[in-house]
Amino acid sequence: MKYSFYNLVRNSFSYHENWEKAWSSPELKPEYDVIIVGGGGHGLGTAYYLAKEFGVKNIAVLEKGWIGGGNTGRNTTIIRSNYLWDESAALYNHAVNLWEGLSSELNFNVMFSQRGLFHLAHSVHDMQEITRRGYSNYLNGIDAEILNQEQVAKKIPHMNMHGRYPVLGALLQRRAGTARHDAVAWGYARAAENLGVDIIQNCEVKGIDISNGKVVGLQTTKGSVKVDKVGLVPAGHSSVLADMAGFTLPINSVPLQALVSEPIKPILDCVIMSNSVHVYVSQSDKGELVVGAGSDAYNSYSQRGSFDMIEHMMAPLVELFPIFSRLKMLRSWGGIVDVTPDRSPIIGKTPVKDLFINCGWGTGGFKATPGSAHVFAETVSKGEPNDIAAPFSLDRHYSGALVDEAAAAAVAH
Amino acid sequence: MFVINCPYCGERDQTEFSCHGEAHIARPDNPAEVSDEEWGEYLFFRNNPKGIHFERWTHDHGCRRWFNVMRDTVSDKIIKTYKMGDQKPGVTDV
Repeated sequence: MKYSFYNLVRNSFSYHENWEKAWSSPELKPEYDVIIVGGGGHGLGTAYYLAKEFGVKNIAVLEKGWIGGGNTGRNTTIIRSNYLWDESAALYNHAVNLWEGLSSELNFNVMFSQRGLFHLAHSVHDMQEITRRGYSNYLNGIDAEILNQEQVAKKIPHMNMHGRYPVLGALLQRRAGTARHDAVAWGYARAAENLGVDIIQNCEVKGIDISNGKVVGLQTTKGSVKVDKVGLVPAGHSSVLADMAGFTLPINSVPLQALVSEPIKPILDCVIMSNSVHVYVSQSDKGELVVGAGSDAYNSYSQRGSFDMIEHMMAPLVELFPIFSRLKMLRSWGGIVDVTPDRSPIIGKTPVKDLFINCGWGTGGFKATPGSAHVFAETVSKGEPNDIAAPFSLDRHYSGALVDEAAAAAVAH
Repeated sequence: MFVINCPYCGERDQTEFSCHGEAHIARPDNPAEVSDEEWGEYLFFRNNPKGIHFERWTHDHGCRRWFNVMRDTVSDKIIKTYKMGDQKPGVTDV
């Protein structure tokens, strides 16, 4: 059923009790053409684009928990594309272009809000970094405005410009913003199922069957299944799945935390990000401040981070916004993120034939969801990455052609 | 948050320490002769187990010495800490 004003009115006559389910719970079939492992935004999106644009008919998405229950539902929902290197700019801007039409494409309101993102500079070095990145963005056709102290103070009047972390300027991307993370998973799931994709929840992959160097099937908690091609989109558990297929990845899985405050009246109409003092904050439509920062440095699959990291987030937040100092924080949570040495994702082929991987998004995968899903769908269907995905191959860790965004953007992504 | 048993100082709060990734990785003896694949494996590819992990830590705000930790990445429980150069413990040793 299409979501429309007409159907809203029509369903109101039956007190909204007859809306059909957005997606069903089909049984696992014995055989598929393509199986996507991982039912987050990237995985569901991949299945959607495979069915819609690349003509694949028989697709399943296997999710070990519930869809969108992993990092898709655990991030701070920030979307931007102001990356330094050409390769990253192409990938993340492809995503922003798709974000802009996503709600109508999926017939599902993902609440994409281009409220603008201010990347703060606190020192002469920071000013040089944002200026360099801003000009690099211009050259790549990405909108960027380099603001001085006065301009920032005017835009964000309640920010402490002259405190312990003086604000000297900011890099503003107006097309950046936030989206409703759950809606992204739900929207892709509903749209994919309308195209015939089976979404199998509570189905964990336990083994990968390989014959003569080619993937032929999967062992799952709901039985075994034969398959022609597999796309792994497992985020934090990338190394666990790679291990099943007999190869290792240049990845460490670490905890990343975020938290939200009690809801307050509208006070912050943009996204604030600071790499130097390391905090980012935006206000959700419900009124909560959504706050994030850096990951822990040790490997873990525990989905909880250390308490001192929360202190490291809160200290700069309160210094930059003394007005927030009496707010209570309502919830904090952790996700497990798969971090690569160059902080750029891995998209493409693996040592196993017809087994593809899309992982290593680390601390900043949400912003790329539609772009990542779109280029990965093309990679899976054609067997070769397209121009946007090609620089992010696993092979770059042998050739040395890293896309080193860790150095470019300092930390947060 | 962990309490970490520094082999030199005893039990201290985790905030005094920092983690530096997987332990027991041997640098190839002949870097000029190994292939790009072998060098890439050495530089970047890591065991990232869901389970027992061996890793290097430093006691930054204490003795500032390096040591190794054997830890379960599912529960974050530290099983053993030992000095650099000590034999890597087997899973059955502890």
